[in-house]
Amino acid sequence: MQVNGSTRIVDVGSALDLVLSGDPTLLRIVGLSLTVTVTATLAAAAIGIPFGAFVATSRFRGRSAIIVMLNALMGLPPVVVGLALFLALSRSGPLGGFGLLFTPSAMIIAQTLLILPIIAALTRQAIEDLWLEYAHELTAMQIGPIGRIMTLVYEGRFALATILLAGFGRAAAEVGAVMIVGGNIDGFTRVMTTTIALETSKGNLELAIGLGIVLIALVMVINAATWALRAWADRHAG
Amino acid sequence: MRLSFLATLALALVPIGAASVGAQETSIVVASTTSTEDSGLFKHILPLFQAKTGIDVKVVAQGTGQALDTARRGDADVVFVHAKALEEKFVADGYGVARFDVMYNDFILIGPKGDPAKVTGGKDVVVALKAIAATKSPFVSRGDKSGTHSAELKLWTVAALDPQKDKPDWYREIGQGMGAALNTAGAMGAYVLSDRATWISFKNKDSLEIAVEGDTRLFNQYGIILVDPKKHPHVKAKPGQAFIDWVLSAEGQNAIRSYRIDGQQLFFPNSEQAQRKKAG
Repeated sequence: MQVNGSTRIVDVGSALDLVLSGDPTLLRIVGLSLTVTVTATLAAAAIGIPFGAFVATSRFRGRSAIIVMLNALMGLPPVVVGLALFLALSRSGPLGGFGLLFTPSAMIIAQTLLILPIIAALTRQAIEDLWLEYAHELTAMQIGPIGRIMTLVYEGRFALATILLAGFGRAAAEVGAVMIVGGNIDGFTRVMTTTIALETSKGNLELAIGLGIVLIALVMVINAATWALRAWADRHAG
Repeated sequence: MRLSFLATLALALVPIGAASVGAQETSIVVASTTSTEDSGLFKHILPLFQAKTGIDVKVVAQGTGQALDTARRGDADVVFVHAKALEEKFVADGYGVARFDVMYNDFILIGPKGDPAKVTGGKDVVVALKAIAATKSPFVSRGDKSGTHSAELKLWTVAALDPQKDKPDWYREIGQGMGAALNTAGAMGAYVLSDRATWISFKNKDSLEIAVEGDTRLFNQYGIILVDPKKHPHVKAKPGQAFIDWVLSAEGQNAIRSYRIDGQQLFFPNSEQAQRKKAG
């Protein structure tokens, strides 16, 4: 890594040491990152998958507009989500009474809003492809709309798992929104990405890049686990 | 099959259950500056306060302008910042109960070791700024309405210059925190005004060094204010006031005084209360 022409040796080792040695502060940061992002992914899935599947299997006025909007919102800038949520959750905002600003809950809401369009839009696409394939059979079997959605979601579960991972990855990598609504409070709302931003601003570039590599490794482990699960399921589906 | 899917979900939920959000103890939110947080001061003094009172202090570190805005919206119980004029306006506008001096240190002009404006070693910061402008040497401005930014703008005014308005090439507003400004200045070979605490604790000094220090106009006073519960009824006035009382007390002031990095003291306590006691 080149900084001002002088060569620095990136001290990834020390960051990894911190993780492997179970440094409690760092473990807490990693734990909060996972908690917030996993919760947000599940919340977004709980709303986005049924919604996406519904749009995929139904025909109604305004459907095209909804699809265009979902696709466009996939590119929501995190910092805009953060700012809008900040204004809503602030004590002076419409939802101020809940006192959620600068809490992990606010961060979960921010990440949920951020990845909800991604999960809904990609689910819509995946389920619609399946729907085209199975429409005849499902119609012939006289399965109702809810049964249809459940069948298609089950049939598309592996594609949906990949979609959830895409959402998870986006949420885990995000820094702008959680910084604004979480406040990066030490020991309370400090997650991996905000720690990286903070350490960078303190000039601790080696630690920052080390933490970045830890974050990437975590995302990889989760992806690998999902892949392994899928392979296992494939073998046993026989 | 369906079971394995459910098992994945269950596994994914485990960390949520495991990570407890923390016992419901009394906690307050303090909106403060990047200099106090990044320099490690809060890590040093807050455990002492918590051990004594059991009150958990959550620090949101922002530029002074943003911190005051956060408090104005009612999203903090206490503000702990460094721009006296803005703080006094905050109190005068009815958002704060009262403002107290806590501690001080000083601003320093940081520059590249090459020193293109030939100002290093000088004692007059205004002369140095004029030289930077005359030689069109790069200068990084925080540009974020922080305490350091407002101090910088005041110094330009004394130098009868207004680069913020004129926007010359060499004047670069980055709109970020102190550490980011130092990183940027280092990468650009630019001058930058910094508070001393952030500079001492900054780890990426590389090609940067202190150019000008010791000018009385570089004085940097920190103040603390309780957000007025009359304006925002949910403000935790009692624990907030307890924190302010402690910071101003001999004990809090000693905690601030004892914080050092590499033997260097970062903040110099000067609360009226502690000084009165010393005099009496």
